[in-house]
Amino acid sequence: MTAASLGGKGAGTATADDGGGARGIAREARARSPAVRRFRHAPPVIAAAGMLALWQLIVSGFGVPGYIAPSPVQVLRVFFEQGEVLWINFWPTLLEAMAGFALGNSIAVVLAVWFVHNRLAERAFYPIAVFINTIPIIAIAPILMLMLGNGYAPKIVIAALICFFPTLVNMVRGLKAVSPQMLELMRVLSASDREILWKIRLQSSLPFLFAALKIASTTCVIGAIVGEWIGSNYGLGSLIIEATYNFRAPLLYATVILGAGLAVAFFVTTTLLERRILKWKPGAVF
Amino acid sequence: MTAAAAAAAEAEASVAAAISVRELSVRFDGDAGSITALDRVGFEVPEGGFVTMLGPSGCGKSTLLRAIADLVPVGGGAISVFGRTPEQARRARDFAFVFQDATLLPWRSAIDNVRLPLEVGRKSGVVEQHAEPEALLALVGLDGRENALPHELSGGMRQRVSIARALVHRPRVLLMDEPFGALDEITRDKLNEELLRIWRETGTTIMFVTHSVPEAAFLGQKCLVLSAQPGRVREYVSIGFAEPRALAMRDTLEFVQVTAHLRSLLEEAR
Repeated sequence: MTAASLGGKGAGTATADDGGGARGIAREARARSPAVRRFRHAPPVIAAAGMLALWQLIVSGFGVPGYIAPSPVQVLRVFFEQGEVLWINFWPTLLEAMAGFALGNSIAVVLAVWFVHNRLAERAFYPIAVFINTIPIIAIAPILMLMLGNGYAPKIVIAALICFFPTLVNMVRGLKAVSPQMLELMRVLSASDREILWKIRLQSSLPFLFAALKIASTTCVIGAIVGEWIGSNYGLGSLIIEATYNFRAPLLYATVILGAGLAVAFFVTTTLLERRILKWKPGAVF
Repeated sequence: MTAAAAAAAEAEASVAAAISVRELSVRFDGDAGSITALDRVGFEVPEGGFVTMLGPSGCGKSTLLRAIADLVPVGGGAISVFGRTPEQARRARDFAFVFQDATLLPWRSAIDNVRLPLEVGRKSGVVEQHAEPEALLALVGLDGRENALPHELSGGMRQRVSIARALVHRPRVLLMDEPFGALDEITRDKLNEELLRIWRETGTTIMFVTHSVPEAAFLGQKCLVLSAQPGRVREYVSIGFAEPRALAMRDTLEFVQVTAHLRSLLEEAR
């Protein structure tokens, strides 16, 4: 959740992974061995624990003051001692991120459907969508603050904006990813555009949509936090600013971890949903 | 022409033509100017007939099939399907198409894929008889696999599903574009035999594009041999084997004579 990760927005145009067949089989074969299965999560857990221990050692060994770099133990203590402050500021961010996620993705999906059925609309509005995407979110935030005030609205819109573009691009590609033969088949049957959309295009776009939703699930949290930076006295973003100015480094770190946890929770939820819905996709790698 | 072929031609004259193609030309406008895919092609398919189409790559076999099904605009000449234009026939849902690729919807089970034609394109108010999807899957030998998803089926099984789907709205004309081209020979032989059985049981008029000479001879009552660039009719060969045909027939002298003739036509057509 740093400023550096804001720059990653433009690169967020992932595509559906369809080359996963061979990898899926290899993975399955390895997963069959019970020993491998039991200790599957061991390497990342050991690595993370090792790095935390090293961090603790360096901070206490060299006597680094807590306001410059707190130790893991100090950060952990914040969750117990100042848990209430963290929770009070957690809920607004959660709400803004979720509302922004829903808004941005819905608009993107509806627009994509329109673009696929209307060549002229696509040619007219696609460049505008690209242009809006090129404006740094941090520059749009103050503008929205002026327009929408100081409440939830501008934060939701910022979170929506950050979700919007990857979903639009992927959804347009997904809706068009229907084989020419399938379209010929539908034409032979005199199927209408509406029937083709509901029976074929929407389902075949789902792998592409979920690829975009996974990106959006983490960027919507970034959007909400950036919105709170610019002007707010609640939320994780505002808590980050406040903790920084007051040199409350342990609180700052705890807030960042909570924000990251929120994004991870969104990501995992989206992935689980994808796994449930895309059961038909052979060799899908999640 | 042999005596048997002449007798067959005589017998056909009494049967009404299902498809009649006259002076058909199809051109494509590309970057390098206009390409003539089909040039003054003419032939007739009798109702309930089985016609195979053979020709070198790029001779416009698929284009011809698509022109009949109103998927490609006609440049010149006329196509008549049961006395109607291709568009009228398409709107009346006279056609079904089977491709080399089974083109099943991967999220639908076999039975639901077969049902697809019954769920779309009915706003035109055409009241149509339809076959039971379950019975059709049994007809193509897939009873018991109704709920399997396409990726759980073999290539041959997928193609069987796609044939069952093509038959579900009881089309009068079945257009097949190299349907068994991607299958191994054993599966292909088996499906050839089953297709003949299905044809006899349903009485559907079939047009079948293939690259395989034995397949063209084994399946077709007639075989339309096309030459390439531009696509023209090389010869419309009548194949008068005794019905019902069996795979063992392919080792007879009579069969080899027919395939030899078709091969020589293909050689010249190149």
